[in-house]
Amino acid sequence: MSTTLNPDSLATPAKPRKLTVGTVLFWLAVVAIVVFCLAPILWQVLTSFKVNEDISAIPNVYFPTRFTLDHYIELFTRRPFMRYVFNSALVSVVSTVTCLLIGAPAAYALARLRPLGGRIIQAGILLITLFPGILLLQGLLEIVQAFHLGNRYLSLIIPYTAINLPLTILVMRSFYEQLPRDLEDAARVDGYNTLQMLTKIVMPLTLPALVTTGILTFIFAWNEFIFALTFITEERLKTIPVASAQIGGTSVFEIPYGPIAAATVVGTIPLVLLVLFFQRQIIQGLTAGAVKG
Amino acid sequence: MTATKVNTIQARYRRTGLYLLIPAIAVLLLVFAYPIGRSFWLSLFDQNLGTGLEPVFAGLNNYDRIIGDGRFWQSFWVTTRFTVITVVLELILGMGIALVLNQAFRGRNVVRTIAILPWALPTALIALGWTWIFNDQYGIANDILLRLGLIQEGINWLGDPLTATVALIVADVWKTTPFISILLLAGLQSIPGDLYEAYALEGASAWQSFYRITLPLLMPQVIIAILFRFAQAFGIFDLVQVMTGGGPGGATEVVSLYIYATAMRYLDFGYSAAMVVVTFLLLIVAVVICTVLISRYRSRTRE
Amino acid sequence: MAKLELINLNKTFTPRIVPVKDISLSVEDGEVLTLLGPSGCGKSTVLRMIAGLEEPTKGQILIGGRDVTYLKPGDRNIAMVFQSYALYPHMTVYDNLCAGLRLKKVPQDEIDRRITEVSHILGLDDLMQRKPGQLSGGQRQRVAVGRALVRRSDVFLLDEPLSNLDALLREHVRADLKQIFSAQNAPVVYVTHDQTEAMTLSTQVAVLNNGYVQQLDAPENIYNHPANQFVAGFVGSPQMNLLTLPCQGNHALLGDFKIPLPDLPTPPPSVVLGIRPDHIHLLEADESTDRPILKGKVFLVENLGMNNLVSIRIPNSQGKAIVLRALLPPATWANRELTFTLPPELTHWFNVQSGDALVRRS
Repeated sequence: MSTTLNPDSLATPAKPRKLTVGTVLFWLAVVAIVVFCLAPILWQVLTSFKVNEDISAIPNVYFPTRFTLDHYIELFTRRPFMRYVFNSALVSVVSTVTCLLIGAPAAYALARLRPLGGRIIQAGILLITLFPGILLLQGLLEIVQAFHLGNRYLSLIIPYTAINLPLTILVMRSFYEQLPRDLEDAARVDGYNTLQMLTKIVMPLTLPALVTTGILTFIFAWNEFIFALTFITEERLKTIPVASAQIGGTSVFEIPYGPIAAATVVGTIPLVLLVLFFQRQIIQGLTAGAVKG
Repeated sequence: MTATKVNTIQARYRRTGLYLLIPAIAVLLLVFAYPIGRSFWLSLFDQNLGTGLEPVFAGLNNYDRIIGDGRFWQSFWVTTRFTVITVVLELILGMGIALVLNQAFRGRNVVRTIAILPWALPTALIALGWTWIFNDQYGIANDILLRLGLIQEGINWLGDPLTATVALIVADVWKTTPFISILLLAGLQSIPGDLYEAYALEGASAWQSFYRITLPLLMPQVIIAILFRFAQAFGIFDLVQVMTGGGPGGATEVVSLYIYATAMRYLDFGYSAAMVVVTFLLLIVAVVICTVLISRYRSRTRE
Repeated sequence: MAKLELINLNKTFTPRIVPVKDISLSVEDGEVLTLLGPSGCGKSTVLRMIAGLEEPTKGQILIGGRDVTYLKPGDRNIAMVFQSYALYPHMTVYDNLCAGLRLKKVPQDEIDRRITEVSHILGLDDLMQRKPGQLSGGQRQRVAVGRALVRRSDVFLLDEPLSNLDALLREHVRADLKQIFSAQNAPVVYVTHDQTEAMTLSTQVAVLNNGYVQQLDAPENIYNHPANQFVAGFVGSPQMNLLTLPCQGNHALLGDFKIPLPDLPTPPPSVVLGIRPDHIHLLEADESTDRPILKGKVFLVENLGMNNLVSIRIPNSQGKAIVLRALLPPATWANRELTFTLPPELTHWFNVQSGDALVRRS
């Protein structure tokens, strides 16, 4: 019994086979999605390789005949762009690792050890996933000033770790809950204590989950803007999003679109790669985190 | 019995559990609870250039000021409008994309990968890209519309209150629709296929089965998505900051931009704290409403 | 090696959910005690309490006279084989076997000696460097048993270790298990819902239901002399016929037939009669007997291969017809009128209210 009554069916998981109006519409929809998602990115990529005359040509040049790497070269020679990439990578990696180190045990505790107040903690964690950064900025700024953390990586690493903790805990908890209980029981009988069990049994077994969560955490950290804008003012410590947004010309009228486009491309490449390689994990992680709520 | 309870196995696990939670809770308290609690406290003080940046107790003066502050309500209206429009558009588009991606077709994995790409990219950089697309002279948006004959002369997109808002909405919809479609796709995949088969056997059309089966069963995901997006859109900062900076003439100034300016530029810390508190309370109200909706919906479907 | 004692164990989850109500047992070295019962009877909870994976709400657990009730599982010197085997998927067989020993800081040469010994018994030599995912179900089961054996524990706990094996392998492994664990000379507690395993493996069987021990006895006594109606019905396949019958003087009325009751101080108004299908004695045409003769008509025949399970309807002028099921050699039984007797030494009698056996035989 096939359910392909309507190949264009809005709801039935069906496989379009014959060339009907429905199939055509369906493929048009697929093409539309691809164009919708890719076109703005491709335009930016194209711009970054165009020579300046083509960039500011009217009407627009869609198929340039001349390509140049000048904008990229400018980024890395006339600006400390290598430095920005390094800053972003460092802050993102360190906060991701810290977040997993703190979040995974906490998630395990919530999933298995039934600590006192666990339910309240869980509800609180769910709630704070909803707080936008602006609500925290002022108070964090005070902390940053009080501990003289301004223009230090730590001023970003701490908030990034914290902001990603709720998601990490929720996602990891849902993975731990799926782990067969017998394994942990066997470990207890073998004489593992909770910490040994976490590091020797549970963590190695949930490595894929850690990777999934880590990717999400990394993406959020790499993309963060408002804290990076506020806590880091020193040029050589800036992260890519802030540095790119602040690329300006010598005057208001001379906006360097080429380098901006190139900066956008450089700043997004790591994330594009992540998405290409870990599409499945990202989807899994996002849904595990959200649906559990 | 109660004396030994402290040392029972379960009690020991609980205690270990608490130890494992402590680092996470400490970090969360530092970064979430302290700043918000601090804002509550600070909102009762005047602390600005007028007081020499020293806190002076002011009672509820700051809240009084908010009520009479046209700029705050303007930004509040801008934010609300932006939030409602983007969330609705993203839900509709996201649902469409999720339905397409839920079908089996050749190359589906590639399309799925492409479809989550916008969500993963840095908003600030994406905003730069959209600024370029909506550039009044060289922007491709104008070029396409001109070639299609839809407009006669180039629009100064980011220079006009209405079109600047449209540009922001387009950019945000592009950026966050993938997130919603991922959530909805997961929901769609959890609906058993035989439900549709049974309903199709009764002669239901595709639209009917969408309306009668897909939509009701997807409702929890929809509400969660709305809640998430509502909170995020309401706190939007980077996109607006990069694309319009709140301009032209404050026409796109969202609440978070106003708060940021009040704290960072006008150094009016007491007042910005009061605005943080108001925004925070609004979010809490939204969360409570959504939670009630979800639990009511769940209890209804269970019966 | 050490005697295992459970004293008045009780486990209460919520006031309404009490999986284990009051259980006292003891298992000596070299004994295999099987906890047998339907799912939800509390047998797994008892085992998990012995292991320390759950703690009792009330009561005590002693191993070799030492109170271990609130000790961590790792400090009890017990070993457990899990139903799912619970092998660590990311470790090799060798690492799985020695994980527990390493934690107890057993010297490496001692570890190797024990593993060699165990691997020899179980035939694991070629599997040492493989991971559980690369093993067949039977091999995994052997590794799980091996992991328990290398511990040289005071007590061995086995939680349905055969239920994930296919039927053929199960019989084979059952025999092996019996041999292996009787060589250990330690108390063994075995949980199963499979009565064949219980009968073949154990020295003692505790039939559990509803959080209580229904009967604690040698396997043959459980089968031949069930202490109550639950045990009678649970043990034995096909199930024992259990009929609630009215009494008249010293007889129970089975339809229109009279069955003499055993000697009782006061004859009850009604009684439960139990007779296993394979104990119903069919009378040959020329056979004579001094026992009461019953007659009935076959209305359903189920072919079990070696035998036929035949349902016989016995006429009852007082009310509804009574149905008895008999296990008979294959033949064309359908619709036949049968004449049979119920051998008194194989007939069981139970109290209608309490379900307890009226006559306690040993």
